Amino acid sequence: MTEKTAYTWIDERLGLSELAAFARHKTVPVHSQSFWYYWGGISLFLFLVQCFTGVLLLVYYRPGAEAYESVRQITFVMHFGWLIRSAHAWAANLFIFAILVHMFSAFFMKAYRKPREFGWLSGMVLLGIASVFGFSGYLLPMDELSYFATKVGLQIPMAIPYVGEAIANMLRGGPEVSEFTVQRFFALHVVVLPAIFLPLLAFHLWLVQRHGNASPPSEEVKPGAERKSIPFMPNFIRKDLAMWLISLNILALLASVFPWALGRQADALVPAPAGIHPEWYFMSPFEMLKLLGNVLPGEFGEIAGLLLFTVGIGLWVLIPFYDIGKTSGQRARAAHYFGLLAVFALLATTVIGYWTIR
Amino acid sequence: MSEEMSVATFVPEEPGEQNTRRAFLVAAGAAGLLYTAALGYPIYRYLASPSEMALSATAVTEVTLKDAHKLPRGAVLMFRFGTAPAMLIHHEDGRWVGLSAVCTHLGCTVQYESQADRIHCACHGGVYNAYTGANVSGPPPKPLKLFKVAVNETGVEVSRT
Repeated sequence: MTEKTAYTWIDERLGLSELAAFARHKTVPVHSQSFWYYWGGISLFLFLVQCFTGVLLLVYYRPGAEAYESVRQITFVMHFGWLIRSAHAWAANLFIFAILVHMFSAFFMKAYRKPREFGWLSGMVLLGIASVFGFSGYLLPMDELSYFATKVGLQIPMAIPYVGEAIANMLRGGPEVSEFTVQRFFALHVVVLPAIFLPLLAFHLWLVQRHGNASPPSEEVKPGAERKSIPFMPNFIRKDLAMWLISLNILALLASVFPWALGRQADALVPAPAGIHPEWYFMSPFEMLKLLGNVLPGEFGEIAGLLLFTVGIGLWVLIPFYDIGKTSGQRARAAHYFGLLAVFALLATTVIGYWTIR
Repeated sequence: MSEEMSVATFVPEEPGEQNTRRAFLVAAGAAGLLYTAALGYPIYRYLASPSEMALSATAVTEVTLKDAHKLPRGAVLMFRFGTAPAMLIHHEDGRWVGLSAVCTHLGCTVQYESQADRIHCACHGGVYNAYTGANVSGPPPKPLKLFKVAVNETGVEVSRT
C-alpha cells in the first residue's frame, strides 16, 4: 500500500504515468532490415562507456608537460589502470565504427527523407564531433605515435589558402606540437566537445522519439496491414539491451586480451618510427589526399584535394534535400549509387592505405 | 512463439511456467551480480591505488634526516614520517624532540613557536607541550605522538617509540 502511495506521490509531481503510457504506445517496425536499428543504440552505449572510462582516466591524468608521465603511471602503476585506458581506447574505435554503420544503414534505408532531415544533419555533426574527439584524445598520452599523428594531422588545415597557417597555429598553440597543444586538446576533449555533443545527442534522440524508426522504401510500399511492428517496451528495449551486453562483452574481450600500447615518450628530435600510419578511420581521407597528390602534384593538388573533399562531404550531408521523393525514382537510384560509391571508395582507399604501409 | 503473439494474447501461467520464470530470474540475477563484481572490482582497485601506496608508506618505522644535527637551537625542521607531517625541534636547552605535526583535533599541521616554546594549531587554537606533545589547552583531545630521536655525526634518526 505504501508502495502505491509513494508512486502516486511522485507521479503527481513528475507525471511518470504519462511517460509510461507514451512508452507503451511506441512501436518499432519489424522487417528484413531490422538488424540495422540496433546500431544507433550500440553507438549510444559506447558513448556512455567513453564518458564513464573517461572520468576514471581523469582521476589520474595530468595534461601539459606531465602528460606522458601520468599516462605511464595510469598504465603501469595504478591497479587496473591499463584495463581502463585500454577500454577507453578500444571503445573509442568501436564507437566510430558503430556510428559509421549507423550512418550507412540510415543512408541506404533512406531514413533521411522527410520528416527526418534534422535527424540526418544532427547525426552528421555528431559524427564530425566524434572524429574530433578521436583526434584530440589521440594526442593526450603524448607518446611517439600520438605526437606524429597530431603533427601530420595539423598539416591539413595548413593547405587552406591564406588563413591555413593561422588556423593550424591556433590549434597547436604555437608553431610546434608541444605541451601547449596537449593542454588545449585536453580542454577540447573533456570540456568543449562534450558540452556541444551532449545537447546535440539529446536533440538527435528526441527526434527519434518524435518521428519513430524509419522504414526502408521496400517496406513503405507495402499496405499497412502487411507491415509488422513490435512494442518498444519491453520487446525492443530488451533486444537493445541484449545488444549492449554483447557490445560490453566484445569490448571487455578486446580491452583485456589486446591491451592498448603506450609508445615511447614523444621527442621532436627522434625520427618518426617506421610503419607509422593514421588510425583506421582517418586512413581513407589520408590515402585519397595522397593519391590525388600523385595525380596533381604540388600546392594545386593539395587545394584540389581539399576542395574535392569539401564538395563530397557537402553532397553527402545535403542528401535529404535532393533525394526527396517518397517513391523510388531516378534521384533515389542516383543517391543509392552515390552511397555505394562512397562505401567502395572508403573501403578501397583504406585497403590501399594499409597495403602500402612501409 | 513470436513476439507479436506474446504481447497480443494473454495466456494464464502454468505452475511449470512459473518455475522456469523463477529459474530465469535467479540466473539473470546471478549474472548481473557477476557482471557488477567483474566491473566493480577493477574500478575499486584503480581508485584505491593511492591509498594502497600510502599504506605501504605508513609502514615506515624509521626516518633518517641527513645533516639535521646541524639544526640550530630554537629551530624546527618539518619532515614527512611516512606520508604524515612530523617535526624535529632543537630546544634552546639543547634537548631534541621529535613529534607528529598532525593536530589530534581535526588534522591541521601544527606550528612550533620558539618564543613561547609551545606548539600551536592555527585552525582552532589548540596548544601542545613542545617537549612531551601533551595537549595543554584548546580543543585537542589527545597528545601529539612522540618519536624516539637519536642524534649522530651525520644526521638525526627518528623512529617510532
